[in-house]
Amino acid sequence: MALGFIKTLTGKRATKTPAPRRLEIVENTGSAMAQSYAGRAALVLLSHPAMHRSRVNAALLGAVRARPDVTVHDLYKHYPDFVIDADAEQKKLLAHRLIVLQFPFYWYSTPALLKEWMDTVLLHGFAFGRGGDQLHGKTVMVAASTGGDPAAYHAEGYNRFTIAELLRPLEATAHLCGLTWAEPFIVHDAIHIDADEREKAAAAYDARLSALIEADRA
Amino acid sequence: MNTDTVLIQALVYLAASVIAVPIAKRAGLGSVLGYLIAGAVIGPFALHLVGDQADVMGFAEFGVVILLFLIGLEVRPALLWTMRAAIFGLGFAQLIGIGACLAVAAMILGLPWQQAIACGAVLAMSSTAIVLQTLDEKGLRRGAVGTAAFGVLLFQDLAVIPLLVLLPLLGNAHGAVAETRGLHGWVHGVAVLGAVILIIATGRYLVGPIFRFIAKTRLRETFTATALLLVFAVTALMQLVGVSPALGAFLAGVMLAENEFRRELEADIEPFRGILLGLFFITVGASLDFGLVARHPFLVLGLTVGLMAIKAEAMTRLAQLFHMPRADARMVGVSLCQGGEFAFVLTGFVVTAHVLPHHIGALLNAVVAMSMVFTPLAFIAHERLMTRPDKTDGPVPEAPSFDADPDVIIAGYGRFGQIAGRLIRGNGFKTSVLDISTTQIELLRRFGQRVQYGDASRIDLLQAAGAEKAKLLIVAIDDREKALELVAGARHAFPDLHIIARAWDRRAAYELLDQGADEVERETFEGSLALGRSALVKLGVHPHQAHRAAAIFRRQDKRFFHKLRPLYGDEEGFVLASRQSAMTLEKLLMAERQGSRFDDVDVAWDNTGRAEELEKVRQKQAGD
Repeated sequence: MALGFIKTLTGKRATKTPAPRRLEIVENTGSAMAQSYAGRAALVLLSHPAMHRSRVNAALLGAVRARPDVTVHDLYKHYPDFVIDADAEQKKLLAHRLIVLQFPFYWYSTPALLKEWMDTVLLHGFAFGRGGDQLHGKTVMVAASTGGDPAAYHAEGYNRFTIAELLRPLEATAHLCGLTWAEPFIVHDAIHIDADEREKAAAAYDARLSALIEADRA
Repeated sequence: MNTDTVLIQALVYLAASVIAVPIAKRAGLGSVLGYLIAGAVIGPFALHLVGDQADVMGFAEFGVVILLFLIGLEVRPALLWTMRAAIFGLGFAQLIGIGACLAVAAMILGLPWQQAIACGAVLAMSSTAIVLQTLDEKGLRRGAVGTAAFGVLLFQDLAVIPLLVLLPLLGNAHGAVAETRGLHGWVHGVAVLGAVILIIATGRYLVGPIFRFIAKTRLRETFTATALLLVFAVTALMQLVGVSPALGAFLAGVMLAENEFRRELEADIEPFRGILLGLFFITVGASLDFGLVARHPFLVLGLTVGLMAIKAEAMTRLAQLFHMPRADARMVGVSLCQGGEFAFVLTGFVVTAHVLPHHIGALLNAVVAMSMVFTPLAFIAHERLMTRPDKTDGPVPEAPSFDADPDVIIAGYGRFGQIAGRLIRGNGFKTSVLDISTTQIELLRRFGQRVQYGDASRIDLLQAAGAEKAKLLIVAIDDREKALELVAGARHAFPDLHIIARAWDRRAAYELLDQGADEVERETFEGSLALGRSALVKLGVHPHQAHRAAAIFRRQDKRFFHKLRPLYGDEEGFVLASRQSAMTLEKLLMAERQGSRFDDVDVAWDNTGRAEELEKVRQKQAGD
C-alpha cells in the first residue's frame, strides 16, 4: 500500500487545473465541528504559552470553562508548532457571535502565537477587503492580565501609555474586520494579587461574558 | 538416484520444512528446532519418508560451508585481528578445558583413558550452524556474545586439522598416519600456505576482473554461477590440502571481504545458504537413531543432558575468566553447549582408526544429534530463567529489580525506545525499562542506564515492572508480532493503562489500535518528514515555508490515517480510499508546484488579492 501511495504521488503529471483558493479536504472538521458549537455564543481564544505557571489566567479560565455557552480554544495547546490551521480557525469564528481574546499582556502586545493567529486567520477575502465581510456584526473583547499596577499605565506612569492606547492596534484590527470593539477586561497587577482577588476577578469576568452575550441576543 | 526419487525426495524435504518451520517459529521455538523436528519426523527412524542420510548430508553440509563463506565476507582481515583474543584465547581454553572436563567425565563412566580423551575431543566441538543461526535470529551475533561464540567456533574449525592428525595416535593400530590425501609433515604445511597465498592472490588480482567481465554480460544467473563456482573451487582446494571445507570457505570469504563485489556476492549466495542450512538441519534430525534411543532411553538422555550441562557450565566459567559479564558468559555457555557437526566427522574417523569401538561411536553420534535438537530448547529455558531472580549469584546483582512506582514502562530499549526514554526521563519522570537483548542491556549499563532483561510480552513481568501503577506503557519493540501480542495482553490485564505503541507502518498501526493501543506512532514517519524538510531547504525553499509545508503534510496525513481506519480490513475499500487520499495530497502538492500554495502555507502573506484591489481603486481615482 505504501508503494502505491508513493506511485500516485510521484507517477502522475500535473494537470492544468488552477489551484483552488480554499482547499476542501477537511471533511471531518466541518459539519461535525459546527454541530458541536450549537448553542455556544462565545469563543474564548486562550493564548498563554505557560498555563502551568499561570494563576490569573487559570482563575479566569476556571470561571468560564464550564459554561455551556462558551467554547474555550487553547491556541498554545492546539498549535505547539505554531502552524495554524486557518481553515478550521475560520470555521470556529463563523460559528460564534462573541470572540474573546484572553492572554497575558506581553511587551504591550499579545503573545506571539495570537499574533500569528491574526496573521494567518484574519485573511483578505475573509475578514477584510473584497468579500471579506464574514465577521461583520460580531463582537470582540480583549481579556488581558498585566504585570504592572493600574497607575503604571498612565502618561506619568512608567509605562507611559494607557491600556486603551496600547490596545489600539487590536482595536484597529477589529475595526477593519467589522467587529464591534467591546470594553477590554483587564486584570492588573497579576503577579501580586492574592487568591481572593483572583476569585473576584474571575467572577467579574464571568459576569462580563454573560452581559455581552445577553446584549448580543437583545 | 533417478529423477523420480530426486523429485519425491525434494518434495518431502521441502514440504516438511514448509510445514514445520512456520509452526515452530510461531510457537517461539526458532527455525532451527523446526527443521530438526521436521527431519526427525520424516527420517528413517520415524515415518521413513526419506532413506539413508549419507548422500544428502554430504550435500547439505555445503550449507555450513556457504554459511562460513558469507560470515567470512563480513569479516575484514583487520576485524579478524581484533578477534584474536576470542579465537586463540577463549577458543583454545574452550577446547582444552572442556575437552578435559568431558574426558574426565568419560573416565568416571568407565572408559579407558585413550577412549575418554577421544570422546572429550569429539564432544568439545560445537555446532557452527546451529549456534550462528540461532544467534542471528536473536540479533546477538554482532555483540560481545556473538564475537565470543564465533571465536570459539572458529578455533574449533582450526583445531579439526591437528585433531585429525593426533587422534589416531591414541589408537595402537596402524592409523598413526594423518590421512591428508597423502601429504605429510612440512609438505602439508607448505601446501596449506600455498593454497592460502593462491586464494589471496586470486582474490586480489583475479576476482575483480573476472566479476567485472561477467557483470558486463548482464546475465544475473552467470554471476550467481560464478559466485558459487568460486566458493566450490576454494572449498575443493582447501579440502585438497587437508583444511576443513568450512574453514577454507571462511578464509576465502575473509580474502574477498574487501572486494568491490562483496555485496553482490552476498546477495547472490544468501538464498543457497538458507535452503542448504535448512537441509542440513533436517538431515541432522533425520539421522537421529530412534532405535538406539528407544533401546537405551535413559542412557542417551542422561548422557545428552550431562554433556550439555557440563559444556554450558564450563563455558560460562571460562568466559567469566576472560572478563565477560555474567549474563553474557552464561549466554555464550548456553550457545555452545551442544555437540557439533564435526563430531560426526571425527567420530567416523576415530572409529575407523580403531580408537573407539563401534558401539561407542554410535552412542556418541546419537548424543550429539540429541544435544543439537535440545539446543533451541536450552535457549528457551535460559531466557525463561534469566528473568527470574537468582539468589545464589555472586556480587553483581543481576536480578530484575525495578524502581518503585515508575510513571512510564518502556518495553524495548533499542534505537527507538532510547530517544523517547531519554526525553521522558530528562523531564523528571521515572521509567521502568525492559529489553530482551543482553548485549544491548550490557551496553546501556556501561552508560549508566538501568535496563532490565525481560520479555515484555509476559504479563507477570509487566506487573513486576509496575504496570498497575504506571500511567503509561510505551511499546517500542521492533518485533511486529510480539508488539501486537504485548499490546493485546497488556490491554487485557491493565485496562486503565495508557498504551502508546511504535508501529512499523500504517497497517501495523491499525492492528495495534485494534489490539487496544491508545496511540500509535509510525516509526519512520517523523524522521522521513524531517528529511523531506531538509531536502526542501536544500532545494532553495525558505526554511520557514519548508517547516510549514512539513507540518501541514503531517496534519493531512494524520487526518487520512484516522479517516481510513474504519476501512481497514476491507481490503478493496481500503486500497481505494488510500488511493483517494493520496490523490488529495497530490493535488495539494501540485498546487504547491504551480507556484501557489500548499494548503494555507503562505496564504496569509499573499498580497495578490489586495494588490488587485488597490490597483482598481487607483484606476478609479485616475478616471475621476
